[in-house]
Amino acid sequence: MSVLTILISLLFYASGLILIIGVANRIRIYWRTPSPLVIPTTPAPLTRTGVAARLFGEVVFFQSLFRGNKWTWILGWLFHFGMLLVLLRHLRYFTDPIWWWVDLIQWVGVYAGFAMVAGLAGLLVRRLVVERIRYISAPSDHLMLLLLLGIGLSGLMMKHLVHTDIVSVKQFTMGLITFDWQPLPADPLLIIHLLMVATLMIIFPFSKLLHAPGVFFSPTRNMRDTPREQRNLADWAAKLDETRHSGAGE
Amino acid sequence: MAATQFQTPKIREYPTIPVLVRGAMAHSQPFVAKPDHQEPLGFPGELVDNWKEVALKRMGELLGKYRSLQVFLDICVKCGSCTDKCHYFQGTADPKNMPVARQDLLRKVYRRYFTLAGKYFPKLVGAVDLTEEVLWDWYKYYHQCSQCRRCSVYCPYGIDTAEITMAGREILASVGIGQKYSNEIIGKVYKIGNNLGLPRPALLDTLEGLEEEVEEETGVKVRFPLDVKGAEVLLVTPSADFFAEPHVDGLIGYGKVFHQAGISWTLSSHASEAGNFGLFIGNYENMQKVAMRVREAALDLGVKRIVVGECGHAWRVAYSFWNTLIGPFDFLDPAYPVPQHICEFTHDLLLKGMIKLDPSENDDKVVTFHDSCNVARASRMGDMPGGQFVIPRELIKASCNHFVDMAPETINDQTFCCGGGGGVLTDDLIEIRVKGALPRMEALKQVVEQDGVTHMAAICAICKSQFTKVLPYFDLGMDMIVSVHQLISEAIVLEGSEQEEEPSTSDTQS
Repeated sequence: MSVLTILISLLFYASGLILIIGVANRIRIYWRTPSPLVIPTTPAPLTRTGVAARLFGEVVFFQSLFRGNKWTWILGWLFHFGMLLVLLRHLRYFTDPIWWWVDLIQWVGVYAGFAMVAGLAGLLVRRLVVERIRYISAPSDHLMLLLLLGIGLSGLMMKHLVHTDIVSVKQFTMGLITFDWQPLPADPLLIIHLLMVATLMIIFPFSKLLHAPGVFFSPTRNMRDTPREQRNLADWAAKLDETRHSGAGE
Repeated sequence: MAATQFQTPKIREYPTIPVLVRGAMAHSQPFVAKPDHQEPLGFPGELVDNWKEVALKRMGELLGKYRSLQVFLDICVKCGSCTDKCHYFQGTADPKNMPVARQDLLRKVYRRYFTLAGKYFPKLVGAVDLTEEVLWDWYKYYHQCSQCRRCSVYCPYGIDTAEITMAGREILASVGIGQKYSNEIIGKVYKIGNNLGLPRPALLDTLEGLEEEVEEETGVKVRFPLDVKGAEVLLVTPSADFFAEPHVDGLIGYGKVFHQAGISWTLSSHASEAGNFGLFIGNYENMQKVAMRVREAALDLGVKRIVVGECGHAWRVAYSFWNTLIGPFDFLDPAYPVPQHICEFTHDLLLKGMIKLDPSENDDKVVTFHDSCNVARASRMGDMPGGQFVIPRELIKASCNHFVDMAPETINDQTFCCGGGGGVLTDDLIEIRVKGALPRMEALKQVVEQDGVTHMAAICAICKSQFTKVLPYFDLGMDMIVSVHQLISEAIVLEGSEQEEEPSTSDTQS
């Protein structure tokens, strides 16, 4: 077993733990923090089903972004759904035998890689060229796009230009998840790809990438418009209520 | 600092996104509250010595109390969808008036002190220390936001800048830098009962005057009751309705509707104000305390229903928050929603045929409707989403024959704020008010030129006051702005009035 294999294996266990524990911790904080007032952006749904539909529209179609900016919408959608298909396609390296539907989307997944990179490139150009977007960007905003672009490009290169030993890669990944470590091919492109993926996993819970779980906790999108029908007392507000009722007044 | 010279922005032929002018509005800030304005609200009189510590502690508390703040500060991806949506940005070109940049003023400090990335790599993630300069940037730019929520409509995560500016103002007030305008007004509510500081005798006098005026004009004895126990309806309305123009014409309209429908009603001197500036300063306790007067008045007077007059932010607080803040309203008639908007109330009577409107009375007008931000994006009317757009328009169409909507991207939930909402309606902020009115003025000018619009109706006391003030800056008449219930007041057929005896001859079909 090479030192490289050991290091990369350990790195992936560590980054996996950081990702899962970090995101779970953030979700716990969002979950616990109350929404003391009813603040959906109206018109808003009156039912839970309606709220589910609204969130579905946001997560799948980016409908608010569509109203806001068509360029960002098309580029963002290309990137996100390209990435989703690419990720699903990558399941073939983690399943044995490969699930039938993963085989089925194999061909789309290959093209999706290009869509993802095209979307990311467009977003990066926009961030650099449009004055308003440049103004609101921190170095981390640019670097995040570069990191994702790097992941996408190194992946595409391995698929289409400099083929890597994919059979060994699969043995390595299966080894990781079954705790039976297998040697990793010493392919520089592959190592770069994996290092960048691990980096992304590590920064996820500490960055704006939290928008992925966060959107489901956004009170302006996930609350029902029924304030006249139901009170919405947070625990801390209920305490104020108790002092109010016990005090002089009524 | 008062009345600085400034240029009224030029009406643009078509909407363009301004090129950034850094620091364009860095000189704009409202008068700071004096100790007398701060202390009755539970805030320190002036900037405390350990302000940094206090500010960060308060920020930490708010992060634990409001999911909106915690989530919104974390998840913005800087996509830029909101950047060109704010009326203050469009009118000033100051980059700090882009919603995301406005949020970032607070977010950068949040990152520095509350996130791992900002603690160890501040430059990388754009985190900054909390300095006095940052504090005053908050004060300046959090009072160039009318909390209208337009940005939240276009945000893929629904991030509402209003939640951030409210938290920012709350933190500022907590270290001793409150806004004079809002805090002085809340003090007046506590002391006297309404924003304008009108005591009971003045109210009585005004209401008697209105009764005489209406009788003189119509020959009908329409009553404007105050503190009548056992009335069916308690009407809570912004105090501007008692004397400001065109607000008072709306109040006359409410009175005529109650009279004609034969429903007994009363105003209250204890709760003589629908407005609730506790919302603007983002302080739950003050908002609750201001609202509590309404519950007390309703219990004291023994009414069965509560109806709220034309006011945008008041309706947001009443519709969205009252039940939580001062409910439950189990002592009121469950057959009606609590509270009910005056437009819902009148619309209901119209549908039931309990009032009649003669639209030809307003044939001298071509009317458009300004959706008030808080009604449009933070509340509802009727029983279906979007009723807040339909019901006022139905009322206007029933009371005048000529109605035209402004451009679709400037109405309904995409409406532009009047420029004076959210605690900005004060003379020390006149520059930002005029500049922020630009997008609405452009949309209005368009229908004035294309469709001959003569009047713009609104259902918000702040909108009405703001437009009265800023319309002339754009070469439009200040009397263009009318109350929706002013149109109803003109059109309503009162039994026994001269209007009814002498039926109108104009063509109602036109």
